[in-house]
Amino acid sequence: MKYSDRLFLSGNEAIALAARNAGVALGTGYPGTPSTQILEEFARLGGKAQWAPNEKAALEVAVGAAYAGASAIVTMKHVGLNVAADPLFTVAYTGVSGALVIVCADDPGMHSSQNEQDSRNYAVAAGVPMLEPSDSQEAYDFFAAALDLSRKWQTPVLLRVTTRICHSKTIVRPKWLFPEPITPHFERDIRGRVMIPGYARPAHRRLRKKLADIAEWGESCDLNRREEGSRALGIIASGVTYQHAREAAPDASFLKLGLTYPLPFGLIREFASSCDRVMVLEEGDPYLADAIRANGLKVEAKPPQFRFGEMNVDRVRRILVGDQSEEPPPPAGKPPELCKACPYRPVYSVLHRLDCIVTGDIGCYTLGVMPPYEAIDTCLCMGAGITVGLGLRHVLPPDQARRVVSIIGDSTFMHTGLTGIEEMVYNPPPTGHVVIVLDNGTTAMTGQQEHPGTGRTLSHERAPRIVIEEVVAALGVKNVHVIDPSRDSAGFERLLTESLSKSETTVIVARHICILAAGNISEYEKAIAQCEAVRSADLAEAR
Amino acid sequence: MGNKVINILMAGLGGQGVITASDIVADAAFRMGRDVKKSEVHGMSQRNGSVTSEVRVGDAVLSPLIPRGEADILVSVAEDQTDLHRYMLRPGGIVIAPSNLDGVKLPHTKTLNTALLGVLSRHLDWPEDIWIEALLARLPENLHDINLQAFALGRKEG
Repeated sequence: MKYSDRLFLSGNEAIALAARNAGVALGTGYPGTPSTQILEEFARLGGKAQWAPNEKAALEVAVGAAYAGASAIVTMKHVGLNVAADPLFTVAYTGVSGALVIVCADDPGMHSSQNEQDSRNYAVAAGVPMLEPSDSQEAYDFFAAALDLSRKWQTPVLLRVTTRICHSKTIVRPKWLFPEPITPHFERDIRGRVMIPGYARPAHRRLRKKLADIAEWGESCDLNRREEGSRALGIIASGVTYQHAREAAPDASFLKLGLTYPLPFGLIREFASSCDRVMVLEEGDPYLADAIRANGLKVEAKPPQFRFGEMNVDRVRRILVGDQSEEPPPPAGKPPELCKACPYRPVYSVLHRLDCIVTGDIGCYTLGVMPPYEAIDTCLCMGAGITVGLGLRHVLPPDQARRVVSIIGDSTFMHTGLTGIEEMVYNPPPTGHVVIVLDNGTTAMTGQQEHPGTGRTLSHERAPRIVIEEVVAALGVKNVHVIDPSRDSAGFERLLTESLSKSETTVIVARHICILAAGNISEYEKAIAQCEAVRSADLAEAR
Repeated sequence: MGNKVINILMAGLGGQGVITASDIVADAAFRMGRDVKKSEVHGMSQRNGSVTSEVRVGDAVLSPLIPRGEADILVSVAEDQTDLHRYMLRPGGIVIAPSNLDGVKLPHTKTLNTALLGVLSRHLDWPEDIWIEALLARLPENLHDINLQAFALGRKEG
């Protein structure tokens, strides 16, 4: 591998490079803006990376790899960590034998998300150490540090990043990592790994002890740094907010935190006492400010209006001078819309015409909510398109219940749609239900990633394909149809009308390849066909 | 000169090559050994909506985002997006827009972004060969010729 000493990388690329250079054996995750490119880049650099159906499966697979002594990375966006929260809280108890770094990408300001949850709270809730880089250089360095920390303390580590870390490019001088390769092996540790109550109780105590030890180590580790400036103003900051604040207040003293759980309260106390005025600056929840104040330290925090949206230089300046006047709204640009030739357009046009009550899901098809269709009535979280629709059907009067239709994309269906189908088959509403799976053969929203239904791996090579209509039929859905609504819009309307009039469960797979992905998909398939032809020729020769 | 940071805001609509153009600008700055940061958002907003990308170049760049009213140059690939982003310009800041190329026949409409980079290059004292290197590095080979032509046209006529 060519080793460059000065690179221009996004935070995502920097994390992938660090993972590769640090000998990570397995990368897994589910696509989600702004985290998606980490695994793609890791695979491009030659790492073993794979998309899981969802974040819970991804984390569990990574846990298995780390139980076997390997180094593993798992990536997801903030809401994905909610899906993976179940294994997260207990792997904190069991710890790992190898190393496990969970990269969680928050999206303050909601550029491409349904909420602006602050995932730092998870570190505290689950008891998992957390690192927050402030640019791509630190994304590289902190990933390596997270891996070391994980291996040293045998704990999963959260690397918490945000949109402006993931998608900003900054210069990286990659440190030489390349540790001695590790051969995974299984070592039996029943009391440490099997979390029945009798073994989990001591495990919880071990976790708290471990966190106390890490907190002590954190007081002097090089992830946190003091920058001496004027004593008049001291600023405590982490992540990209540090960069904004450094620009807005060039003369201030700084305590720049890299390890943000457990917090180095000794260091913070010492810093706070050395400055006349101490301001805690952070994006999102008052996570640092609350924790520091709860520790009895007098620090200033941002006013509540700055809890919303991203931080930037202008906002830091406002906070520092106490300007709480209304901020000028950002100009309303042209909103996003469904592609002009999107195969879903005819679906929304029919749903609009039939005045359906549409429970939608997460993906670019959510743009069916925009004019002229305005044909989505709810959008909650991955998979909820199906289940929220069922809830409506259970309680609405029959004339309204019959108008309820659930919409879900193919990748979302693989993610958490299957459990919704189980629910529908097991607890069918009196009026039945209709689910439309918009199958465009890709995870379009996040940039055309593969999933278990495409028949290709993360790197676009041949994989077994899970066929939606076969799965739903096998689960016991009464009526299963496959149709291309962009070829036969009238037929689709007839089918939907008919399905709505029945008191049975129906899944309609509306299938047409995403127009943006079609060219790439045919290239992948061509490459696969060539590979297979070469392989069968080789086989024939060998015989 | 001190730590003067040059702030370039690039704007347009999804699919117009705003991000590719900003990659080229940032790459050129990188090749000159400058400190450079570049920021944009991906995902939902890209579906035919407004797209911006910010490039900051200097001896030491801190925030990846240009503060309001501090952009030195606004490069707008879509004429109707120009006014929207004017508030980001410092007093006396420069606007580069498709109207700079009125009467110039481009080799292809898709090369508007690189032609505007040609115009941008007139306002920065960066060597031409650095621009060419960055352009070639950031574009697929089959598009090299028309984009080199477009860049040269922008640099000459814009």
